[in-house]
Amino acid sequence: MENWNRRRLLQFLLGTGIGASFLSFLYPIIGFLLPPRSRASGPQYVEAGKPEELQRNSGKVFQFGNQPAILIRTVEGELRAFSAVCTHLGCTVQYVPESKVIWCPCHNGMFDLHGRNIAGPPPRPLAEYKVNVLEGKVIVSRA
Amino acid sequence: MFSKEKLLSAEPEIVPQRSKSFPLAWIEERVDVEPLRQFIRHKMVPLHRHSYWYYLGGMALFLYMVQVVTGILLLLYYQPSESNAFESVRFIMTQVRFGWLIRSVHAWGANLLIALAFAHMFSTFFLKAYRKPRELTWVSGVVLLFLMLGFGFSGYLLPWNTLSFFATMVGTNIVGVLPFIGEFLLRFLRSGDSVSEATLTRFFGFHVAVLPMVTAFLLLLHLWLIQKQGMSVPLGVEAECRQRGTSPRKIPFFPDFMLRDLMGWYLVLGVLGWLATLYPWELGVKADPFASAPPGIKPEWYFLFTFQTLKYIPAKILAFDGEVLGILAFGLGGLLWLLIPFLDWNPSSGRMSRIIQRAGIWIVIYILIMTAVGYVAK
Repeated sequence: MENWNRRRLLQFLLGTGIGASFLSFLYPIIGFLLPPRSRASGPQYVEAGKPEELQRNSGKVFQFGNQPAILIRTVEGELRAFSAVCTHLGCTVQYVPESKVIWCPCHNGMFDLHGRNIAGPPPRPLAEYKVNVLEGKVIVSRA
Repeated sequence: MFSKEKLLSAEPEIVPQRSKSFPLAWIEERVDVEPLRQFIRHKMVPLHRHSYWYYLGGMALFLYMVQVVTGILLLLYYQPSESNAFESVRFIMTQVRFGWLIRSVHAWGANLLIALAFAHMFSTFFLKAYRKPRELTWVSGVVLLFLMLGFGFSGYLLPWNTLSFFATMVGTNIVGVLPFIGEFLLRFLRSGDSVSEATLTRFFGFHVAVLPMVTAFLLLLHLWLIQKQGMSVPLGVEAECRQRGTSPRKIPFFPDFMLRDLMGWYLVLGVLGWLATLYPWELGVKADPFASAPPGIKPEWYFLFTFQTLKYIPAKILAFDGEVLGILAFGLGGLLWLLIPFLDWNPSSGRMSRIIQRAGIWIVIYILIMTAVGYVAK
């Protein structure tokens, strides 16, 4: 009986020892698998060309940090910029001059010219950026 | 077709035995694992005073598995291009969590694996375990060691640092001096005339695809042969048993031998962990193909004895190029080493066998001395 208890104790120690060391090997592997977060969140502003390059009732997609953004010139001539990443599933949106909306071709999501989600599946408005014209250049900055 | 009685009297459905745990019973209902169980239950392994040499092979196998796992992990971040290779390894070592550890384990593991493979091969040699019927086990094992050296050589270039760049330059040049096939081999290895991005891509392909595939096949063959023929019992132990009229003592493979094997694996893991954490593998300086080579360029320790020997050979021996003769001599030596089971046709009492064993001792001494000299020499 005593031997049996000793055997069980040894088996328990061996099993938990192996199990614990296995977990300790797993921890750095799981840590390694997760890519590090990029420390910087990207630039605070970006130059998006010259105002005269963009006609009224048109839009263009440009790079802002590592994400696409969209610059729109309304029929009235006002410049507006938004994140071009659809809030539904992350497709890149585009401007449709005929219907004057920002449209996501993936699931037919629509946003008005204030970035508000007005039709289709997008759950949230597009993030809006500030637009300034400085020394003849369009400067888009995070709000 | 089937009568009602016949259906009713049919064998009842197999119900899993209550004593077996759920996953085992579930599997057994679907797959017949009884032959495997019987095999594990009846497999025996000889036990004698030289048995501890058996564990070296298992340790090398374990390290190979560590290399596969850490290699796959490194693949998730490594980028094989001239502009990104060094940077991606630096990223792994400085930005990715435990990246320094994974890379250090991979680099140290490679060195330990080759050291253990050498020790395993020489123990097999001195115990004459290559003798009939295990000739193919020896041949597959020696080829596996050559493959490990190939892994070492190709993997060394991948971080694209100054040392690895020039070591690859020198190493591929050595192959290039061979008569007839030298130029072909040089261009084949470098994927061009010089060591460049094309070489890096090619070495990466060898390291992660070609060599692992060939190794997997040979490793399976090696293990299958060991399994089919059982482990060799040294001649001395066999003779003693014959005198006593007994057969060599045996222990069950499971769990007795397996637990001993696992202890060996744990020991190796401890040494690997100690080396990788206390002496992390360095990254060095990024290779610049247009900079001059730094002084004291040396290959990895397992190539050092050949490198050092080639240094001592005079430029001309009679009408022949000294370096070419040296490389051919090493090639011939490797071939003879591979064919040892066929050269030693009477291992128990032959004169040839004694000569081969003595030659083996001198080869080990030569390798040790030349490696040491290579380290000290500038």
